[in-house]
Amino acid sequence: MHDMSTHAATHGAPMSFIRKHVFSIDHKVIGKQYYALALLAALVGMGLSWIMRIHLGWGSFAIPGLHLLSSTGAPGNVLTPEYYLQLMTMHGTIMVFFVLTTAPFAAFGNFFLPIQTGAEDMPFPHFNMMSFWVTFVGFLVLVASFFVGDGPTLGGWTQYAPLSAIGAVGGPGEGWGVVLWATSIAIFCIGQLLGSLNFITTTLDMRCKGMSLMRLPLSAWAWFITSVMGLTAFAVLMPACILLILDHVAGTSFFVASNLVINDQVLPHSGGSTLLWQHLFWFFGHPEVYIAIVPGMGIVSHVLITNMRKPMLSHRVLIYSMGALAALSYMVYGHHMFVSGMNPQSALAFSFPTLVITIPSTIVVLIWLGSLYGSKLRINSASLFALGFISMFISGGVSGFFLAQPSIDIMLHATYFVVGHFHLVMGVAAMFGIFAGTYFWFPKMTGRMMNETLGRVHFWLSFVGAYCIFMPFHYLGIAGNVRRYQAFTDDYLIPLIPVHKFITVAALVTGFAQLIFLYNLIHSRFMGAHAPNDNPWEGTSLEWSTATPPPHNNFGDKMPVVYHDPYQYNVEGASTDYIMQTSPEKVHSPDEEK
Amino acid sequence: MATTVHEPPKIELDRLPSQGSGNGGSRNLFPADGDLRRVKDHAPPPASTGIWVGLAGITMTFAAFTSALIVRQGSARDWQHISLPSILYLNTLVIIASSVTLEVSRRRIAAFMGGLKDKTKTPGENPARWLYITLALGLLFVAGQTFAWMQLRSQGFKLATNISYSFFYVLTVAHALHLLGGLGGLIRVIGKLNHAVLKRSTLDATSRYWHFMGVLWVYLLVLLWMKL
Repeated sequence: MHDMSTHAATHGAPMSFIRKHVFSIDHKVIGKQYYALALLAALVGMGLSWIMRIHLGWGSFAIPGLHLLSSTGAPGNVLTPEYYLQLMTMHGTIMVFFVLTTAPFAAFGNFFLPIQTGAEDMPFPHFNMMSFWVTFVGFLVLVASFFVGDGPTLGGWTQYAPLSAIGAVGGPGEGWGVVLWATSIAIFCIGQLLGSLNFITTTLDMRCKGMSLMRLPLSAWAWFITSVMGLTAFAVLMPACILLILDHVAGTSFFVASNLVINDQVLPHSGGSTLLWQHLFWFFGHPEVYIAIVPGMGIVSHVLITNMRKPMLSHRVLIYSMGALAALSYMVYGHHMFVSGMNPQSALAFSFPTLVITIPSTIVVLIWLGSLYGSKLRINSASLFALGFISMFISGGVSGFFLAQPSIDIMLHATYFVVGHFHLVMGVAAMFGIFAGTYFWFPKMTGRMMNETLGRVHFWLSFVGAYCIFMPFHYLGIAGNVRRYQAFTDDYLIPLIPVHKFITVAALVTGFAQLIFLYNLIHSRFMGAHAPNDNPWEGTSLEWSTATPPPHNNFGDKMPVVYHDPYQYNVEGASTDYIMQTSPEKVHSPDEEK
Repeated sequence: MATTVHEPPKIELDRLPSQGSGNGGSRNLFPADGDLRRVKDHAPPPASTGIWVGLAGITMTFAAFTSALIVRQGSARDWQHISLPSILYLNTLVIIASSVTLEVSRRRIAAFMGGLKDKTKTPGENPARWLYITLALGLLFVAGQTFAWMQLRSQGFKLATNISYSFFYVLTVAHALHLLGGLGGLIRVIGKLNHAVLKRSTLDATSRYWHFMGVLWVYLLVLLWMKL
């Protein structure tokens, strides 16, 4: 049925264990390595959030063994205020960079972008291998800060200057902790730049015959758009980190102003601009939000279409909307700086595109909802998480309307309202995208099926749990609960402590639900039921045309030829309710016949 | 849902399928109408696109440095005018000359490769020597930059002396590090040429990178001259 032709392999299959599983140049192995790294990072990040939540709910509760992490940061197994901030910083950094960027973009993108484009591999496989290992080294450098000096930095994942640039005098972790943080992120940037180079070139140059750009699945489009953002955003964050490191180790004054007195000590810097760091960071930081979420949009669209058995209302408009999100993401970064003292005219200039960017977001959501309307959705773990993604994206996105306006943002910017907003729209939604992709592509990646019952239990606990955690955050924010406090001792905050306790319980339960997923993942990998065939979900894109798991060069000794748009479902006159992209089967449109 | 089947684009003998419809990437074999057909070359090979993507990333990095310089200059009054070391102007001539020699080399190599393919012609002289000259000029440029840094240091002007010097060192060192990558590329091209496995796309990509380094340096020199 499928039209294939012979081809020459790009590079031979590796023979040794090291070249096959460790220093592999096979994009599929690299994708799995990225996934494993993201999983490890997520466990670390989730563990840190548990510790923080327990501390916020019951501040005097001694967590057994916590002193092993830091005897000075957790004497008697109870967090010090500074160490709370240090753990919070590491939680944010690990989750944003090494989970939300790594899993949906680098992991799934590496595994499936070449396959969905019909390529044997990425065009620069050695760069691809370097991309992963550089990222891994970046993770190790970041984790090393737990064990160096007085621990990791406490400045938050945004590392605002001047605190981040003044050195050890700024507090625990503000010396070597910041240097290691900035080094880690600079290394991470190099890894993502190498990855973006491969993703872009794969999409533009490696497509198989017949695979026009518009015939690419939405997931491939999402990875392509994300890689363009990655190329431009990480290329800006890297020099920012270099300048920050120089302020520490070379005594330069990029970010530290003159005559700054900390702890009765005049710092030997002059004239630095604290706002410069914010400009450089947020020029990266806001696109980073979309780097985390756009791959999820693509994955969720791909999963939903397969389970709806019909394409989205408009393939093109969805692609254009994701592209618009990417373009606009560079014009809105100033909304993170509304309270930095910027000129009100500037605030207006950043507020307007921030409101405009809700238009493509809304279009994407309306296309999803409109397409779902009336469809006979196949309910499974993947489609449930895809629906959950939409729910989280809407819930988190709605609060963005409020924060986009400077007058409201001034009241809410440093409260739990913002924490609830970005956790829902960027964190949980992206995580649900990762889960949707995992349940959907697991058979293709491993040849085995994940346990469906456990998957549904995982979904419902995560879905309800996430709302129990993050919706109350909005209430806390409106009530004036300031973020980044390790204890709530002010009169107006004390009545809110029961809400925090509720959130902590919800966080622990939701966290345990993730352990169900972990068990399901590992158990299914080795003992799960074998995938019934190469195309268990009856999908149409190229990953379902090849063997399960795919061979070294993706398509064996035959390369695909593409005849169709990516999502041909319920086609009149077709022998099945779907036509694969590689099928030469001709079905004429009634409109065309007229 | 109805659909229309679009046939894959036909491959013309004298013209490659457009990239917009997918060209099969780095493979030389294209299936067309059930036959295998040898395609002469690809347009563009991944190295050709990849180099532009890489240069875009480098452009963003130096744009970030530039905006940092401008913002930092306007944020305080400690900005200090500095005299650029004279050797920088000589270095500029050197890197421009290296671009010229590389272009000569690139054209001669193209002619050389054409001569090898066309058995009726006698291949010309081995053009690697122009690459060696380019390599030598590149090394001379790096040596000149190193001399400039040492000269400033000997005068007491170090990285943290003043923010103007900080930017001078950061920009010139960042450029030199990128240029070292170009030197590595040149060495790789020479190696491949000597082993007769050089691809035209590799040569072109390396040339574009090197020329970009030259243009970037001229830009940086003007920026430093105007702002510092």
